[in-house]
Amino acid sequence: MSSPILKLIAQRVALGILLLLAVSVLIFAGTQILPGDVAQAILGQSATPESLANLREQLGLNEPAYIRYFHWLGGVVTGDLGTAMSSGQDIATSIKGRLWNTLFLAFWAAIVAVPLAIILGLIAVRYRNGWVDKLISGLALASTSFPEFFIGYVLVYFFAVKWQIFPGISTVYDGMPFGERMQAITLPATALTLVVLAHMMRMTRAAILNVMQSAYVETAELKGLSAFNVIRKHAFPNAIAPIINVVMLNLAYLIVGVVVVEVIFVYPGMGQYLVDHVTKRDVPVVQAVGLIFAAVYISLNIIADIAAIVANPRLRHPK
Amino acid sequence: MAESKAKPGVLLDIRNLRIEATVFPPGEPPKNIVLVHDVSLTLEKGKVLGLIGESGAGKSTIGLSSMGYGRGGVRITGGEVILNGRDILKGGKDGFRKLRGREVCYVAQSAAAAFNPAHRLMDQVVEATLLHGTATRAEAEKRAVALFRKLSLPNPETIGERFPHQVSGGQLQRVMTAMALCSEPDLIVFDEPTTALDVTTQIDVLAAIKDAIRDTHVAALYITHDLAVVAQVSDEIMVLRHGRLVEWGGTRQIIKEPRQEYTNALVSVHEIEHAEQKPGTTPFLSVKNVTAAYGRSHIKVLKNVSVDIYPGQTLAVVGESGSGKSTLARAITGLLPPEEGTVTFDGRPLANRLADRPKEDLRQLQMIYQMADVAMNPRQTVGTIIGRPLEFYFGIRGRERDRRVAELLDKIEMGKGFSDRYPAELSGGQKQRVCIARSLAAKPKLIICDEVTSALDPLVAHGILELLLELQKEENVAYLFITHDLATVKSIADSIAVMYRGEVVRYGPKSKVLAPPFDAYTDLLLSSVPEMEIGWLEKAIKGRRMASAGN
Amino acid sequence: MLDIKRIPIPALVGIILTALFVLAAIFAPWISPHDNGEIVGDVWEPMSAAHWLGTDNLGRDLLSRMIYGARITLFIAVLATALSFSLGAILGFSAAVFGGWFDTLLSRLVDLLMSIPTLIMGLVVLSVLPTNLVTLILVMGVLDSTRVYRLSRAVAVDINVMDYVEAAKLRGEGSAWIIFREILPNALSPLVSELGLRFIYAVLFLSTLSFLGLGVQPPDADWGGMVKENKDGIVFGIGAALIPAAAIAMLAISVNLVADWVLNRTTSLKGGRG
Repeated sequence: MSSPILKLIAQRVALGILLLLAVSVLIFAGTQILPGDVAQAILGQSATPESLANLREQLGLNEPAYIRYFHWLGGVVTGDLGTAMSSGQDIATSIKGRLWNTLFLAFWAAIVAVPLAIILGLIAVRYRNGWVDKLISGLALASTSFPEFFIGYVLVYFFAVKWQIFPGISTVYDGMPFGERMQAITLPATALTLVVLAHMMRMTRAAILNVMQSAYVETAELKGLSAFNVIRKHAFPNAIAPIINVVMLNLAYLIVGVVVVEVIFVYPGMGQYLVDHVTKRDVPVVQAVGLIFAAVYISLNIIADIAAIVANPRLRHPK
Repeated sequence: MAESKAKPGVLLDIRNLRIEATVFPPGEPPKNIVLVHDVSLTLEKGKVLGLIGESGAGKSTIGLSSMGYGRGGVRITGGEVILNGRDILKGGKDGFRKLRGREVCYVAQSAAAAFNPAHRLMDQVVEATLLHGTATRAEAEKRAVALFRKLSLPNPETIGERFPHQVSGGQLQRVMTAMALCSEPDLIVFDEPTTALDVTTQIDVLAAIKDAIRDTHVAALYITHDLAVVAQVSDEIMVLRHGRLVEWGGTRQIIKEPRQEYTNALVSVHEIEHAEQKPGTTPFLSVKNVTAAYGRSHIKVLKNVSVDIYPGQTLAVVGESGSGKSTLARAITGLLPPEEGTVTFDGRPLANRLADRPKEDLRQLQMIYQMADVAMNPRQTVGTIIGRPLEFYFGIRGRERDRRVAELLDKIEMGKGFSDRYPAELSGGQKQRVCIARSLAAKPKLIICDEVTSALDPLVAHGILELLLELQKEENVAYLFITHDLATVKSIADSIAVMYRGEVVRYGPKSKVLAPPFDAYTDLLLSSVPEMEIGWLEKAIKGRRMASAGN
Repeated sequence: MLDIKRIPIPALVGIILTALFVLAAIFAPWISPHDNGEIVGDVWEPMSAAHWLGTDNLGRDLLSRMIYGARITLFIAVLATALSFSLGAILGFSAAVFGGWFDTLLSRLVDLLMSIPTLIMGLVVLSVLPTNLVTLILVMGVLDSTRVYRLSRAVAVDINVMDYVEAAKLRGEGSAWIIFREILPNALSPLVSELGLRFIYAVLFLSTLSFLGLGVQPPDADWGGMVKENKDGIVFGIGAALIPAAAIAMLAISVNLVADWVLNRTTSLKGGRG
């Protein structure tokens, strides 16, 4: 691997870190935009002066915003996410198990969704403009229109209530046997898969089609290569980057989907935790979890960019 | 069985070929259209047949049918394609695969797009040979290097290790020819192989292709729209129009004694006898020592350029891509403020930046573009397009404006009924005429014409040039005429500036610029323009003093 | 003129369904059989002649709730879309035409906002803001305007380099003529179809927020909120929550069908009449 590529990758990573810093400012600022007094707003008009003062102390509201920001950032960097206002528990400790649960769920959804989407995308390209292709684009249209909870509750209604195959509430706990855990997450993982599948499929189709229509694929066909070899030797090396890009973009969708799906299935993950604490207006938790979600999202985008850089022959073999 | 069909010495025999395609007009049911109507041709071993015609003539479609290939939904629905004594249309997919890359190879118009960016050139050049098992890898690579040398590519031993984006366009086109020759096929289909190249590069590639064809005894179908080019390489020429055969004959007969009117129209030289006007005493626009660059880059696109334009005369600026000729127009109009130098108009300097120029100065300089369809707002009617300068510069509105628009439409030989039409409803030539009317509406002293005829079919372009000359007489307007085409220059110019890499290398009245002695570049440029003369290519190559710009 | 017979069937279905939803929303008080908050029967009664869609978790008539829900859902979604569109389009066009630091600053800010998933940013902001309709519309509108900004800027940048815009600049036209007479008419078709997609997104975003309990607050309810109210019935095999969820899906599909058709129709014309 040559140095211009390493330089580009380093630049991209540095940019990502810078972006993450900017995002942390934004998230912090986002919780300070209230025109009035945060403590008052949180506790409501009937709050006693003592409780207000208490809360202000707890939130550090008596210090200027930028000092609070650097305190917070310093904590985040050293792994100290602060304590939850509502329960007084250490946020980092509460998050650990939940983050793992969320990643477990998203991982299995991705394991199913990614290969399935690529295979179905290939099938759609192969039978372009045929009924399979039309069905796939119809499904994609529908899936961009379905709210996550519609998909989720339809699954629950049939698989958990009517047919009672899988549990409708995904309880998981530490030390749960793998098989049981898998059974518990079957429905939420299916819901997540369906949320991203159609979109990923449609974008994969577009990416492959784009490559298949290029002149060098025609050249290969005119050399007498078989359809399989045209795809393997000529289309595939050029389609890798766009497909990785598609996959990463859609894994980023998973992040949003996971919030709703966890609430539907009462799954003890990060999304559930975030929503709970938004309702309780527990600002430190919201900031911490929001930042983690944003960090995952940004990292996925960086990986997509790096994949595109590495797969580009113009960058790998400069003039 | 198949053998009985073969005539001795005949390689390719196409009989009553019919090709159809399905089109999907939006909002309407799909329909079938016929692209090629019952065309027949024969090609003997080792001979070259030129297929010529304007866009939509079906020449590429016919060429690809010899490999059993149809682009995007194109189907061969009738006739026979007999190659080496057998009808390949009966061979099915496997049959096609066996002949493609072995018996018939293809050279595309844009080699830059036709090479896979992910693989080294050598791997792609020998791919077909290895696939069909006609040679070992070592033999194939040796053969490829020899072909690279024959096609006079630089560093023939190592060029194969490069990736497509590391090699120039003219060289890639030759590598593609080597790729086609490498598997030693019986037939090569050349599909406009030099069209995308600059004129001085085209001649090199053309000569290389011609030598290679001669030395390897391969037969070829040479597809192009340029009769002068095809006259250099082919033994026979077939003229096609709208998917039908117009005329088929020996090269000499087609270009010297065409029997069909359409062929005659294509062959006859469309030069307009234009008497050169002597430059006046005082130019109204002077470009003095202008230097310009895009952005903050250190590469100067214009270097110390000086030209003068006289009232009612035409200055033609000629050069290849990258010569800076369009940049000169941008500097004069103020779109790209020059870094150094001045543009004076009527004895006073023009503001460098467009934003600083008064309306009156803007009115005096108008512009016409190469692509007429993107030079007009698709959401405005012809009346609005032509009428806007009248409103904007002279405050003419209402009925008076409509009257003037009708007058202008009349001038460009279009009826006033066109005033309610949208640009999408006009033909290419009509669009360019409307653009001319729009610039005339401002009553300018100078119209800058940027490659205004390059995108048009030759006969239409001819009409536009005649119109421009006539309008010049009536309105006493001067033209700055930017073009890469020397025939156009001869037809319209009073004086000529030849540009090369940002500099004016030759400048003066037409009669002087086009008369010897020439400087090296002008000589190269003039000698590179294909002439409809058999044997011109050899003569031109022999007489060259300077290597082409694109290599 | 538009010929109804020439509208493809999917688009026709989309238009009719969308129109039905809009009519239901506008005339809610007149057509709904019961009042929005009126308790008319038992909890989760099945569908019957009296209550076509049954009753909800508090014994209110589900059909009436649905009709009023359409009103709130459409009202918020329309206003949020209007806000995101006017904000995004005006800033996007200006950025494209004026360029320079104005463009750079806005574009970097939008990049930053878009580097956080919209739902996450929405949740972060809503954790401190008071939950009322104005906040909801503002948050939805501003967050979504980033996408409109990107699109309208991209479209305008493309048009801005066209020769006809250059011709207008050479003529000496001012920015107002260039934006409103040269760029806007040509940018309209992609923007109109984007309008449909943004509206769908607003409906889905609002529904999601309400479903999570952070959108419209009880006793009022949009469709997302109704899913939340009735979701506990699912485990007992009561499908009341599925009805508003399906309504959201149906509205979104209908608008999608219309937007798809508008996009196909306008791109195939390439300017000119129509």
